[in-house]
Amino acid sequence: MIKRLAKCVREYKLPAVLTLIFILGEAIIETLIPFITADLIGNIKDGAGMPQIVQTGLLLVLMALLSLSFGGIAGFTCAKAAAGFSKNLRHDLFGKVQTYSFANMDKFSSSSLVTRMTTDVVNVQMSFMMLIRTAIRSPLLLIFSVVMAFVMGGKLAFTFIIVIPVLGGGLFLVAKKAMPAFHSVFRKYDRLNESIEENVRAMRVVKGFSREDYEKKKFDASAETIRMDFTRAERIVALNTPLMQLCMYFNMVMILLIGSNIAISCGGDPFDVGQISAMLTYGVQILMSLMMLSMIFVMLTMSAESARRIYEVLGEESTLQNPEDPVTEVADGSIDFDHVSFKYAETAKRNSLSDIDLHIRSGMTVGIIGGTGSGKTSLVQLIPRLYDVTEGCVRVGGLDVRSYDLDTLRGAVAMVLQKNLLFSGTIRENLRWGNENATDEEIREACRLSQADEFVMSFPNGYDTKIEQGGTNVSGGQKQRLCIAGALLKKPKILILDDSTSAVDTKTDALIREGFRTYIPDTTKIIIAQRIASVEKADMIIVMNNGAVDAVGNHEQLLATSEIYREVYEQQTNGGGQNGEE
Amino acid sequence: MAKNKQTMPMGAKPPKRKLNGNVLKRLLKMLFKAYPVLLPLSILCILFTAVVSTIPSIFLQKVTETVQDFQSTKDWAAASEIIIPQVVTLIVLYVFSIVSITLESQLMAYITQGFLYKMRKAMFERMQDLPIKYFDTHKHGDIMSYYTNDIDTLRQLVSQSLPTIIRASVIVISVLSIMVYYSIWLTLLLLVGVAFMVLVSKKVGGGSARFFVKLQRSVGGLEGYVQEMMNGQKVVKVFSHEEQAQKDFDRVNEELFQNAYRANAYANMLGPIIMNIGNVMYVIVAVVGGLLIAAKAPNLSLSGLALGVDIIVPFLNMTKQFTGNINQFSQQINSIVMAMAGAERVFELMDQSPEVDDGYVTLVNATVDAEGNVHEADHHTGVWAWKHPHSADGSITYTLLRGDVRMTEVDFGYEEGKTVLHDVSVFAEPGQKVAFVGATGAGKTTITNLINRFYDIADGKIRYDGININKIRKSDLRRSLGIVLQDTNLFTGSVMDNIRYGNLDATDEDCIRAAKLAGADDFITRLPGGYETELSNNGSNLSQGQRQLIAIARAAVADPPVMILDEATSSIDTRTEAIVQKGMDALMKGRTVFVIAHRLSTVRNSDVIMVLDHGRIIERGNHEKLIAEKGQYYQLYTGAFELE
Repeated sequence: MIKRLAKCVREYKLPAVLTLIFILGEAIIETLIPFITADLIGNIKDGAGMPQIVQTGLLLVLMALLSLSFGGIAGFTCAKAAAGFSKNLRHDLFGKVQTYSFANMDKFSSSSLVTRMTTDVVNVQMSFMMLIRTAIRSPLLLIFSVVMAFVMGGKLAFTFIIVIPVLGGGLFLVAKKAMPAFHSVFRKYDRLNESIEENVRAMRVVKGFSREDYEKKKFDASAETIRMDFTRAERIVALNTPLMQLCMYFNMVMILLIGSNIAISCGGDPFDVGQISAMLTYGVQILMSLMMLSMIFVMLTMSAESARRIYEVLGEESTLQNPEDPVTEVADGSIDFDHVSFKYAETAKRNSLSDIDLHIRSGMTVGIIGGTGSGKTSLVQLIPRLYDVTEGCVRVGGLDVRSYDLDTLRGAVAMVLQKNLLFSGTIRENLRWGNENATDEEIREACRLSQADEFVMSFPNGYDTKIEQGGTNVSGGQKQRLCIAGALLKKPKILILDDSTSAVDTKTDALIREGFRTYIPDTTKIIIAQRIASVEKADMIIVMNNGAVDAVGNHEQLLATSEIYREVYEQQTNGGGQNGEE
Repeated sequence: MAKNKQTMPMGAKPPKRKLNGNVLKRLLKMLFKAYPVLLPLSILCILFTAVVSTIPSIFLQKVTETVQDFQSTKDWAAASEIIIPQVVTLIVLYVFSIVSITLESQLMAYITQGFLYKMRKAMFERMQDLPIKYFDTHKHGDIMSYYTNDIDTLRQLVSQSLPTIIRASVIVISVLSIMVYYSIWLTLLLLVGVAFMVLVSKKVGGGSARFFVKLQRSVGGLEGYVQEMMNGQKVVKVFSHEEQAQKDFDRVNEELFQNAYRANAYANMLGPIIMNIGNVMYVIVAVVGGLLIAAKAPNLSLSGLALGVDIIVPFLNMTKQFTGNINQFSQQINSIVMAMAGAERVFELMDQSPEVDDGYVTLVNATVDAEGNVHEADHHTGVWAWKHPHSADGSITYTLLRGDVRMTEVDFGYEEGKTVLHDVSVFAEPGQKVAFVGATGAGKTTITNLINRFYDIADGKIRYDGININKIRKSDLRRSLGIVLQDTNLFTGSVMDNIRYGNLDATDEDCIRAAKLAGADDFITRLPGGYETELSNNGSNLSQGQRQLIAIARAAVADPPVMILDEATSSIDTRTEAIVQKGMDALMKGRTVFVIAHRLSTVRNSDVIMVLDHGRIIERGNHEKLIAEKGQYYQLYTGAFELE
């Protein structure tokens, strides 16, 4: 996992490595500074001449300037490396999702993908920054300081031997205790936010049923648990501060006491007040770096969950692979289902489609009718290879769909989804999804065919009208007609409309179908519809029921043979039939 | 950009505040109000520990002095008589300090989370009371970010920045006073350095803050883009639009990167800069101090001590401490700026005016006696009545809840000057089924929005059982109206819980009966867990049609006298609809029902059908009458016009 994530550093390896080097330099100087400072104090105390004091002082200034540049540069490179790392992470995440098949997409909810690309990446980025800034620096400072303390303080440095394990152990214990508490609270926190989102989305229901107080109570209960859990977790972490303080104070007292003893006993040589002061500085440095280490530890384990969630996306392999040596030309729009069975998940007990055997000639118009859950959508999704069959084989243009290059296949098969969306941008931009290079004339042509041109032109800005996010400023029927136009722009060999005219009135619906017949006669048209009127005139109508083909034939044949078809037909022509008494 | 959009709520835009000073003041006020005892207590602890942490310098000075005095004699025994009491005093102080810091850190953990809880709660409660208009005019993603981003910035502020700033300023002040005690010259020298530091902090920190604000905005932009793309990922695939999507994403991503790296670079550089200015200051103080000693210059200090090594050493230490704390200060700049931006947005939500409800007519349980008089009952009777107090004479009248809804000459517009309903009159008698048909934007849904007072009418009257609905308490009005919408929203929880949402007092049997009535029982019992099947993510494991059936059951269990069905069966296929039709008819029996449907088969059997066009009722009558008139309805019915 770490390896896969680390791969995202890529072109930012240089700043990352530079950061380490400069931090190393900064740390070395930082440990040397107290040493020189002790010298300086010694100079002053010994009444050394001004030149010597100034000389030592200049050395210190030089070191400060070096430390400043190192630290500054490291801060810069570190920010660049970390921000670059997260940029690459996001790029990879987004790119990975683009390679996903529908089956992969079904595994992740879209909101969880959004969280992974935002919050989780930020968490990992922060850890990465911490890591390259302090993971080197703190142990280094720790080691340097300990070594220097021993060099300078001799046996006085043994106080550190007591303090370091105590503090280290204590910090570790705290971190270990706090971690699971944080984990559980973060999970609860996520759930709270999910339920807020649910509440916002369902506000009309909440208000419609006057459930404001109920919702408040529900929220209060979850928020209260979070408060309690969070407080507990934070209180454990808060123990760090007194622990740190305790060790620091202990250290100070010991150094003052023993240090002064030594300094007096030896008469100021080799140990003097300058050394005492330096030892105090080292003491603080040692404890600080321990503290930093424990913070890194906490942070890393906290972001481990984020890293895992990111890896889950990156590590997910698309269930659809381009074949080696793919075919890049689709011969025609013929479609064959050879004893196809299909289920969405391997673990699913029931097949969503079982033993479908259908043969559609190029240029045919095919209607598909069937109740909710009868498998209409599943059936057509196999044609552009949005899913792979479980058994059997789907052929387009005489060849197994799995032998085509995916882009080639999907270029030849245009599909308008049941829940098709428009994206924010102008109408023209949305239509160009079908064909980036479409000319304005081609776009209008497609819209005329899908009966969209007229209403688009009625907008003040015509094809440059902005579509709001989610396409809220056009009606459902208009949205559907625009989506069909986009699909037409692909100039497909096969056009699939998955209940895509449900909001279009019958007359326009008929006009669209009429247009298909006249202007794209060679394209195979597959129309899933609820209205019999939409499929009545098709060359072939497929009636689906419970994942199987119930009947195939034209309108007249089906009226005679299929009970389901007849039932639906009668219900729709009689307008429900329940109101005969009126 | 996305974030700016939500700052255009209804009414006049508040004048842009110059600085966040007000926000901070208000926030602190709330914090103190929430913890009037604990917060000052923990601040007291901070003060104490801060002061104690400056004290070692004094002791260090004393000890250094003693060491020097006795170094010539090397007489530790004599020296220890002076040193040991000093150290013991120090230890005692330290013990107090540790106790107080323990108390403070525990308190702050408690206060922070408690405050966040209170803020969240206040926000959520205010949000529940906002009018529907708010939710119609604000993006949900924006509302969510109040809870996910903005509140989190406050956590950092309360738990870290606030104590740090208090502590750092106390230390700075007390160190400063000790320094003045020792030597005024050297202190002045140090202050020059500090001025320089502040200048640099302002420059670098300001740059950082600026980019952090930009960063927040580009994070919002990226989030919006990703959200849209992830929702439409299947469309992207069908159109093989992956490459283009990636290209667009990379552009947004690059912008985010630029801001992130600049913001962090500035923030990262600030530390080393301040610290090393501190180091340089250290040297300067040492050198100048040395010079002064060498020159035997007269010292100017509160203590009157002569300038010597015993002063220089602790003074130098204090210099370190001083600059260290200035650094602490500067490190908080970013989180404060971000917290202020967050708090400003949070307040924006809290300052939204809630839905006004001055209704005083309430819904009560009632009994009817032999003479037909209505009496209020204190238990569930199955009969409801409107309790109408008259302020004029103090009397109370009771009107039975029947479900008679009359709109008279109603005008309405969502925005001022843009009327969407003109002179609409609708009379629905108890038990009648009234249907609205018409194109998108004709005003069908708007009418139902007015009946349950999601929006208030501009002109005209709406009466419910003869009472002006403005006089009825909103919760009671809505309780008497069942509503099923096209976009079904279910809640996380079991199917049973979701049905019970319509009536919290309903028993399991009531819920199952309602489900049967709605024709939902059949599929529910076939779910793996039956009625206890857990739904999540708006019931994503159900089909759209199944969700609508549950929503219908939810309305049924509420058993209201009036129902509004807004495209309630649009996602149920016609065959299933035929099956549930019977249930729907049973559900509608005896109720006043308003139906909006684009499937004309659904509205055919209505008592009266209103054809709306551009906010006006252009035809009304039952199916046969309208067909015979050969007007708009006839054209719709024969498919000459588009419906939706």
